[in-house]
Amino acid sequence: MTREEVMKTLNEIFCNVFDDDSIVLTDETNANDIEDWDSLEQINLIVAIENEFGMMFDMAEVSDLANVGEMADLIMSKSENE
Amino acid sequence: MLKELLYPFDPNYILENKRKIKKTLLEDSNGFVEKKVAILGGYTTSAIKQIMELFLLNNGIKASFYESEYNKFYEDAMFDNEELKAFDPDIIYVCTSNRNIVRYPSLKDDAEVLLSSEFEKYKGIWESLKNRYHCPIIQNNFELPYYRLMGNKEVSDVHGKVNFITRLNLLMDEYAQNNENFYICDINYISADYGLREWSDPFYFHMYKYALNVNAVPYLSFNVANIIKSIFGKNKKGFVLDLDNTLWGGVVGDDGVEGIKVGPEESEGQVYSEFQRYLKEHKQLGVILNIDSKNDLENAIAGLKHPDSELSEEDFVEIKANWDPKDKNFAEIANELNLLPESLVFVDDNPAERHIVSEQIKGVCAPELSSVEHYIEVLDRNGFFEITTLSNDDLKRNEMYKQNAERAKAEASFSNYKDYLLSLDMKGIIKPFEPMYIERISQLSNKSNQFNLTTHRYTVSDIEKISSDQDYITLYGKLIDRFGDNGLVSVVIGHIKEDVCEIDLWIMSCRVLKRDLEFAMMDELVKKCKERNIRKIIGHYYPTAKNNMVKDFYSLQGFTKTSEDEKGNTEWLFEIDDNYQLKNEVIEVER
Repeated sequence: MTREEVMKTLNEIFCNVFDDDSIVLTDETNANDIEDWDSLEQINLIVAIENEFGMMFDMAEVSDLANVGEMADLIMSKSENE
Repeated sequence: MLKELLYPFDPNYILENKRKIKKTLLEDSNGFVEKKVAILGGYTTSAIKQIMELFLLNNGIKASFYESEYNKFYEDAMFDNEELKAFDPDIIYVCTSNRNIVRYPSLKDDAEVLLSSEFEKYKGIWESLKNRYHCPIIQNNFELPYYRLMGNKEVSDVHGKVNFITRLNLLMDEYAQNNENFYICDINYISADYGLREWSDPFYFHMYKYALNVNAVPYLSFNVANIIKSIFGKNKKGFVLDLDNTLWGGVVGDDGVEGIKVGPEESEGQVYSEFQRYLKEHKQLGVILNIDSKNDLENAIAGLKHPDSELSEEDFVEIKANWDPKDKNFAEIANELNLLPESLVFVDDNPAERHIVSEQIKGVCAPELSSVEHYIEVLDRNGFFEITTLSNDDLKRNEMYKQNAERAKAEASFSNYKDYLLSLDMKGIIKPFEPMYIERISQLSNKSNQFNLTTHRYTVSDIEKISSDQDYITLYGKLIDRFGDNGLVSVVIGHIKEDVCEIDLWIMSCRVLKRDLEFAMMDELVKKCKERNIRKIIGHYYPTAKNNMVKDFYSLQGFTKTSEDEKGNTEWLFEIDDNYQLKNEVIEVER
């Protein structure tokens, strides 16, 4: 899986979770950029991402993600290790 | 109903697409009842609420929510809370888990003391909620612990957490047995069904403060929504069943009676027998069984006469076995039973038939069946008939529908309808509300959609309040005839405002349509008004998608229309004069 593919899938998940097809993610996108993205939606996002990519994050990994780019890097590194 | 929200659903799809699903549900409905649900949580409940909202919408209930602050269920229940008071909940859900248990016994402790103090805490919560909010309460019981310090000994030693939780759950059950309007959400079962290890994965608590796996949330929300829709009268009422490869293996028309698979001889037959027994058990809950099969009638009946068949012809109310399209038969069955099509569940192994029936008849549920050994799983976990209260009428419903079929036959032999009604030897009991019928009255107010002038819904506590309030005239009607007892089938609530009686509710069960009970009720209402020197009765008709049948009801009763708005809401006036002529001539009434 390339990083572009990861970003594309993440984008689809975000569109579904927020039911907003106009969302365009960049590496820098964070919770301040999407109105409904609060700590509770963050949970739903993580769960959806785990299900979509078929991987489980541990607590340390998800605790300090700053933006979508870091999330993509995390997914890349986990899928390489598998 | 949305297929995506029927069991077996995809929890991940629901979680990810909840906003889109909600939009769809709001778009294609034929009307919702609105209910206020307060969730008092012992942990994060946001997703539980969001997903519950979807399942409720799918059952025709549009909920608004109050959610307590994180882990403030105890404070919200025990102390004055202006916000919750202003919210005025229709139902309260106490969403706790074993993470909320304050103290488990250590080996040195007296387990009995701790058990009773933990239970008393919850009992205090329920009593306080009941006194403050007078509405139904749903309480989670406890899932089993995530670890077992003493291993298998945990279950039998009074200091074991497994033993402690098991006994705590039993105390809760006992409370539920002795208190109306109190319901247990059995997360002990739901978590076991999901898999306790996954359900209680500590990651979700430490990371997000959810006491269950977020992926399991749809299963919890589904169960709570089922309890709520049952309380508000949205349960299904019966099954419409296919025969070939649904009730037995094989095709009776091709294979012959001796060729179909049912009974103990081989494994496939055993599975069908088990399924038939499962269906037959529903009869004791008042669930009506019907058949909709593409078969010659003789073949269908012959199949049911198979010596190993658990179900026989007598177990069914309506049997349609012919070559008409199944949706046509389905609609006829609903019509003959005087039930809304959406209150019947279509059970057929054939996806094409399921598609036709659920596409052609709006709102009909046709759950996806895969292989026969999973039929029970799918039907059962959908909670179509989730029981919250069991009235005597429920228990006798099958019998009553059969009696109706006999009445229909008797009717055919009379040329004059009044002679037919007289021949039924009808006896009505029409009286003010009595405590023993409160539950049934509330149930009827929530279930009646067609013969319902205002479609106001009442909880048990509402009915209790009204029946002791001097400003109301209340009447219930029971109807007995020579074929049997129809039970409590009609309710009228009149609100006295100075010298006028305004009818808040007038409902009647469709199983006693055209028996003149509505006229006997009117006579009684007039009598009660006269006793209080009230000379004016005002009635309202509020149209819904389902109550067109009573559009002109008040006109038939001799009311005069006084107003009508653009939505078709009408107001009617009846002035009682001294020569009021009794309208009922066929029912002997006991008051």
